[in-house]
Amino acid sequence: MTTNYIGKPTNRVDGYAKVTGGAKYAGEHNVPGLTYGVVVSSDIARGRISRIDASEALKLNGVLEVFTHENRPSLPWFDRNYQDQDQPPGSPFRPLYDNEIQFSQQPIALVVAETFELARYAASLVKVQYVREPHGTDLRAIQGQAYAPSKGKPSWKKPRPRGNAAQGMEQSIFKIEGRYDHAAEHHNPLEMHASTVVYEPSGKLTVYDKTQGVPNSQKYISRIFGLSKAQATVHAPFIGGAFGSGLRPQYQLFLAVMAALQLKRSVRVTLTRQQMFSFGHRPATIQRFELGADAEGKLQAVVHEAIQETSQFEDYTENVVNWSGTVYQCDNVEPTYKLVKLDTYTPLDMRAPGGATAMAAYEVAIDELAYAAGIDPLEFRLINYTERDPMQDLPYSSKELRACYRQAAERFGWSNRRPEPRSMRDGNELIGWGMATGIWEAEQKPAMAKAVLTADGKLTVSSATEDIGTGTYTIMTQIAAETLGLPLENVTFELGDSSMPEAPLQGGSWTAATVGSAVKSACLEVQKRLFEYAGSMPDSPLAKADADGVVFADGRIHLKHYPTIGVTIQDVLRHSGVDRIEEEVTTLPDMLRQKKYARFTHSAVFVEVKVDEDLGTVHVTRVVTAVAGGRILNPKTARSQVLGGVVWGIGMALEEESVLDHQFGRFINHDLAEYHVAVNLDVPPIDVIFVEENDTVVNPLGVKGLGEIGVVGTPAAIANAVFHATGKRLRDLPITLDKVM
Amino acid sequence: MNPFTYSRAGDLDEAVREISDNDRAKFIAGGTNLVDLMKANVMHPTHLVDITRLGLSAIEETEEGGLRLGSLVTNAETAYHPQVAERYPLLANAILAGASPQLRNMATNGGNLLQRTRCYYFYDTATPCNKREPGSGCSALNGHNRIHAILGTSEHCIATHPSDMCVALAALEAVVRVTNRYGERAIPFADFHRLPGDTPHIDANLEPDEIITAVELPPRGFSQHFKYLKIRDRASYAFALVSVAVGLEMEGDTIREARLALGGVAHKPWRNLEAEALLVGNPANRETFKRAADRIVADARGYGSNSFKIELARRAVVRALNEAAK
Repeated sequence: MTTNYIGKPTNRVDGYAKVTGGAKYAGEHNVPGLTYGVVVSSDIARGRISRIDASEALKLNGVLEVFTHENRPSLPWFDRNYQDQDQPPGSPFRPLYDNEIQFSQQPIALVVAETFELARYAASLVKVQYVREPHGTDLRAIQGQAYAPSKGKPSWKKPRPRGNAAQGMEQSIFKIEGRYDHAAEHHNPLEMHASTVVYEPSGKLTVYDKTQGVPNSQKYISRIFGLSKAQATVHAPFIGGAFGSGLRPQYQLFLAVMAALQLKRSVRVTLTRQQMFSFGHRPATIQRFELGADAEGKLQAVVHEAIQETSQFEDYTENVVNWSGTVYQCDNVEPTYKLVKLDTYTPLDMRAPGGATAMAAYEVAIDELAYAAGIDPLEFRLINYTERDPMQDLPYSSKELRACYRQAAERFGWSNRRPEPRSMRDGNELIGWGMATGIWEAEQKPAMAKAVLTADGKLTVSSATEDIGTGTYTIMTQIAAETLGLPLENVTFELGDSSMPEAPLQGGSWTAATVGSAVKSACLEVQKRLFEYAGSMPDSPLAKADADGVVFADGRIHLKHYPTIGVTIQDVLRHSGVDRIEEEVTTLPDMLRQKKYARFTHSAVFVEVKVDEDLGTVHVTRVVTAVAGGRILNPKTARSQVLGGVVWGIGMALEEESVLDHQFGRFINHDLAEYHVAVNLDVPPIDVIFVEENDTVVNPLGVKGLGEIGVVGTPAAIANAVFHATGKRLRDLPITLDKVM
Repeated sequence: MNPFTYSRAGDLDEAVREISDNDRAKFIAGGTNLVDLMKANVMHPTHLVDITRLGLSAIEETEEGGLRLGSLVTNAETAYHPQVAERYPLLANAILAGASPQLRNMATNGGNLLQRTRCYYFYDTATPCNKREPGSGCSALNGHNRIHAILGTSEHCIATHPSDMCVALAALEAVVRVTNRYGERAIPFADFHRLPGDTPHIDANLEPDEIITAVELPPRGFSQHFKYLKIRDRASYAFALVSVAVGLEMEGDTIREARLALGGVAHKPWRNLEAEALLVGNPANRETFKRAADRIVADARGYGSNSFKIELARRAVVRALNEAAK
């Protein structure tokens, strides 16, 4: 198929606005009379506020109010009023509800003042006395309290065993067993969570929120504060990264709206970097594997247990143990999934939730089993390759994983690898090569979009989705331009406004597939109307053409076989007598067709590390990853997505750890100086290969989404490379130098 | 951050007078550490005296043939100064191992000496800290102490001094020049910073009403045999878990003079003169290096999550000596 825009490397349409400061983020919208709220956070993890004294703060000229549980407005306090679209079962956190402290850094007061500096100072004057109660924050210490959750988040699939794992283990010739821990991690997007609530003279609220779902935030505040859709709109035109942290409305939104309504003033609340450690995070996880293979290296049994933390008030669940039964062919699988309640905030989806966790451990265990069987790790994976999804017993809608292995291995030079650990060296440094498989869901959700074509030939398409840096603006513009054959510069895509047609949360790697399908569908409706008008134009050259016989390209509609015969779209509109064509659509996934197939994105990751033998430092020196992600809409933004994912994988493997100090039940390394993410010097050249798939099942565009797949295989590939370099099997992430030494 | 007043001192006398008259006043130059600490509610000066117009921003030769680094010269200017780069590459390397280009462009030499610890608990006002609030207790002793000290600690504080630059200055035996109401004095670098003892809230032997005017480097720069080795949790922009500054004078394969200072292990840049003496007159080989390294860590003590630093420091010293002797 010929295309003008889809599949072409296209610069970000919002790039200019972003690098020139024209793009405004939630905490950057300034209005006259704006006031500033600063959050006071709890010092303790569990207990009660016995006294909260804001009198010193209120004495300051310019301090408007200090909101606490004692003077908060009367609001509905039922759980259902606080629900959101990413809600685990349980009782959602209600800010300023009462004097009970459920987690460290819980927001306990909001100080609002005429200037930010004044509010910040006043916040330091609020005196709080606590009655402390013992807290439990040590997952390892209290893992004995683990329980199997009866229900989970809507996306949670209850783990299902198959076959007989004990028997499978007995029959196995090669066996491994091991425990794999990883620490909690926080999302830490560059932009802190912020909400600016503009209080219009009419009492209407225009809310700028850092969110991955303006409809989610809009409904949340509507339900709590009893606001109609017209009384409060939520906007998020630009987001400085989120990675899942914006999937649930965070407490600064509640506090800013509450203060604005009470004070009848515009209010902004921006969290500090330290407060970014006060809510959701990737949960710390303890995993255990028992794997067995027969003499040929065929998997005979997979026993996979995972224990994850959740909060006291919600059962946050991830699909962790499900992945080990999905990736390779194996008849005997025994998954166990348990939760432990800690006195922390509820964990929250973070880039490839569950999948990154599971595969970071499982792909290390698989590497161990390959070594135990004396089989090359890549060969071992090919031996256990599956052409059907063993979990659902379904064929794949498409699966080019084999090609990913081959192409990435070739580019990497895997065939030159010496299998024995410690067999490659460069001076003081040991060299290691490791690889791993990545997998993620390729989902499509229902979504709406609207397309408006005006007489000047300009098209505006909108949907209440987000662009968290992924390139949504750009690919939607490409899809719309392609469908209607318009020049890219004549197309504008708008998003991040709750009054737009609804779209689901921007997450799960489904936005390209979901919103893209709706955008395409809306544009196809416009196409239909244009074609009708074109046929009824006086002396229309297309009067006798049927819809399949014409092409929309270069601002014209022309006959497929006689491209010179056609009309311009602007002419069509001029003669049609309408000044605009407007079409709004709801696009639903074709469930009947989709449910017959397993739909996944796959990747192969190959990594080289250099390890200083004496000092234990690990440097990733080379990464090659091949991704089978369906059709690639824009190789540039697609590559950026995968690069970002790999960088995240490096952080997860080697650096990222939110350290809980159990004396205080508090994340203690709560800034970017001590919570380490990968810096430029940690990131080597990353070679991204896309193995395109022609998938007619996943969605009308054939795209699978790329936001998460880059992370999934990377940590295990690094851990496996460290083993190859050093001969040390490190099962706990992050792999810091003290563990390597 | 509390409200504060601000003034800009026109000359050294004025600066000293302003600081002497107000015990809650602080000097500000680059502000790369002080402003952070004020935002974190850790330090609460009520008055800031801007000293950036005092001059003190030259790098010039001393009469003895050394180099005087003005206290207001930025870290970046110092590291890239041709005289520093050529004669004191150990110092240049140490400076460039620290922070980021943006920070080095703002941070001054005087301020680098006075930067405060990066202890998590010092920065978090929800937790006790004897350095921030004397007598409240040390949270790091039984807490997460990965980045904490293994040498010269006390039961009151196990914080480290975070500077890279100062580790090199300790090895080079720099002298700190300070001015007060009564005139000038010189403080040998080894006496400038303090161990925590029972006064961990006092980082340096600098009186509240004194100002650093320069750091003087002696003529000897060890520019032929030196190494600044910094070991950290990522390749850049992280404080040292352990760093080692080495300067050697070699005669063939024999070490004639040795300077050795460690960072990230103590409340001040750590020197062990006995270990240095073990190197002098001996062949530059692994045995010699190990002997010195063993001597240094013989006094070390771990507190749990930082215990790995003892072995790391030993290996780092051996590595740095080996590289410097080449």
